[in-house]
Amino acid sequence: MERDRGNTFIVAGLGILLLVIVVLSFGLGRYPVSAGEVLGIAFSKIYPLEQFWADRTETVLLNIRFPRIILACLVGACLSATGAAYQGVFQNPMAAPDILGASAGAAFGAALAILNRCSSFTITLSAFIFSLLTVFLVYYFSKKIKGKSILGLILSGIVVGSLFSAATSLVKLVADPTDQLPAIIYWLMGSLAGAGSREIKFALIPMTLGLLPLLLLRWRMNVLTMGDDESRAMGINVNRIRLTVIICSTLTTAASVAVSGMIGWVGLVIPHVARKIVGNNYHHLLPASVLSGAIFMLLVDNVSRNLLTAEIPLGILTAFIGAPFFIYLMTRRGEYS
Amino acid sequence: MSITVNDLSFNFGQNRVLKEISFTARGGELLSVLGPNGVGKTTLFRCILGLLRGYRGQILLGGTDIKGLGAAEMARLIAYVPQFHYPSFNYSVFDMVLMGTSVHVSAFSRPGREQAKLVDAALERLGIAQLKERGFTRISSGEQQLVLLARALVQESPILVMDEPTSNLDYGNQVRVLTEVKSLVSEGYTIIQSTHSPDLAFMFSDRVLALKDGAVLGCGPPEEVFSEELIYALYGMRVKMESLYYDRVRVCIPKHIADKAAAASLVSNL
Repeated sequence: MERDRGNTFIVAGLGILLLVIVVLSFGLGRYPVSAGEVLGIAFSKIYPLEQFWADRTETVLLNIRFPRIILACLVGACLSATGAAYQGVFQNPMAAPDILGASAGAAFGAALAILNRCSSFTITLSAFIFSLLTVFLVYYFSKKIKGKSILGLILSGIVVGSLFSAATSLVKLVADPTDQLPAIIYWLMGSLAGAGSREIKFALIPMTLGLLPLLLLRWRMNVLTMGDDESRAMGINVNRIRLTVIICSTLTTAASVAVSGMIGWVGLVIPHVARKIVGNNYHHLLPASVLSGAIFMLLVDNVSRNLLTAEIPLGILTAFIGAPFFIYLMTRRGEYS
Repeated sequence: MSITVNDLSFNFGQNRVLKEISFTARGGELLSVLGPNGVGKTTLFRCILGLLRGYRGQILLGGTDIKGLGAAEMARLIAYVPQFHYPSFNYSVFDMVLMGTSVHVSAFSRPGREQAKLVDAALERLGIAQLKERGFTRISSGEQQLVLLARALVQESPILVMDEPTSNLDYGNQVRVLTEVKSLVSEGYTIIQSTHSPDLAFMFSDRVLALKDGAVLGCGPPEEVFSEELIYALYGMRVKMESLYYDRVRVCIPKHIADKAAAASLVSNL
C-alpha cells in the first residue's frame, strides 16, 4: 500500500512535469518569446490583464505553437496508452498500437488521398477512415481463423497490414515523382508541422472517446494479462473486454496517425518506460503511460522544430532517441521487471 | 458444494477425449483425479470450469447446471488454480492475489480496502505474508503455487479446481500444499485436483477418480479404488502395494524393485 501511494505521487509528478514542459515549449522557436509573456498571455485568457506583449507574439503563440504543442501531447499520450493497453490484452510485451494494422491502413489512406491531390484535411480524414477499415478487416478475418483468438488477431494483423503496405507501395509507384511522391514519403515519416486548430478539433473527439474507456477498464487489463483461461475463471468476460479495448485503441490510434503520420516507437517504448517507473499494475501504469507519452512526444517535437532550420520528421527522431534509451532501460533490472 | 458430472463427453475434432464420464464429489470433499499423461484430465477440468463449452452431457455445481452460466456467475461458484502460470508481466504477489477478487468489483472500478484485507488474510493463512511485496517471478515455484492458491481463495468460491498442484514442487512443498488443501476441505471447500502420485492421493483424498483413455476406470473412496491392478491398468507399471498403519496409508513400490529387495532380505536372513 505504501508503494501504491508512492506511485500516485509519481503519476502526479509526471503531470506537473508535463505542465512545466508545455509552458517551456511555448518559449521555444525561431520567434523569441519570454516565459513571462507566455504566462501573461495564458492568464489574460482567464483574467483581464494589461497587455505588455506584442500582438505578433500572441498570434505566434495561439495560432502556431498552441495547436502544435497540444497535438504533440495528444498524439504521444494516445499512442503510448494504446501500446500499453495492447501489451496487456494481447499478453505480449512486444505489442504496439500498429499491431492490428491501424498504421498500415492510415498510410494507404493518406497516400491515396495525396495521389488524388486532396486537401490536407481530406488526407487526414482518408487516413483515419482507412485506418478504422483496416482494423475492422483484421478483426473480421481473425474470426475466421481457427484456434486461439489472440494468435488469430496477430496473424490477421500481419497479413492485412502487409497487404495495405503493398498497396501503399503501389500508390508510390504510380505517384508523380516531382511532387506527390515526396509528399507521401514525408507523410510516412511523421510530422506535426501541419498542426492547426482544425486538426485538434478533428482528433479530440475520437481520442477522448477511446482513452476514457481504456482508463476506466484499466484494472480489468491487469487480469487479462493472466491469460484467457485464468482471467475467465476469475469471472472476466475476456472477449468482451478485449473487443472494447480494441475498438477504443483503434479510435485513438487512427485519430493520432491521421494527424501525425507514421510515428513508430512511442507506443512500444514509452509503456515500457512507464513500467520501469511505476510497475506493471495498470492502475498506475496507464496514467503514467499517458503522461510519459505526452512528455516524450512534446520533447521530440521540440527537437524536431528547433534543432535544424528545416524540420526533422518525427518518425526519424523517435527512433533515434527511443532506440538507445530503450536499450539503456532494458539493461537495468528491478524486482518487477 | 457438490460437483456432479453426468455422461460427459468431449471431442477435439475427430478425437474423442472424454467418453461418457460420470462421477460425484460431495461438498467438503477432496477428489483426486488420476490417470496417465494426456488422458484428458485438463480437458475435464476445463469443462467443469466452463472454459470449454462444446461438451455433451451435464455438469452440475451444487445442483446448478453450468450450461448457459456467464463467466462471472461461474467464478462465484468455482475457482481455478493452474498448474503453472507464465507471467507476461511481473506483478507483485499482492497485486496477483488481488486480481482474484475482480469478480466482486464492477468492470470500471478496482478492488478496494475490503478486498485488500481479504488478500492479507489469505496470504497470512498460507504462511506467505512476507512475500507480499515481492515480484511473482522472483519467488520459488512452491511459493508461486501458494500464491495461485491464495488468488483462488480470495475469489470466495466454494469449489476449487487444482490442476496438478504438486507436480513441480519438491517433496516438502508437495506435502505442505496438500496439508493446506486438506485443511481447506475440512473448512467446507470442495476441491478437485489432478495428481500423478498415487501414494499422496491415497493419504489425502476423500475420493479418487481414475481415468484411462478418456473413460472412468474407477471412482470411490481411495481404499476401495486403489489396487495393484488399478495402478497397472493406469500406468502399465506392476507395483507391490503395501498397507501401513491399519490401511490408513498405502505405498506403491515398483514390482521389480520390491522383488529384488525381498530376495536380498531373504538372503541376508539366511
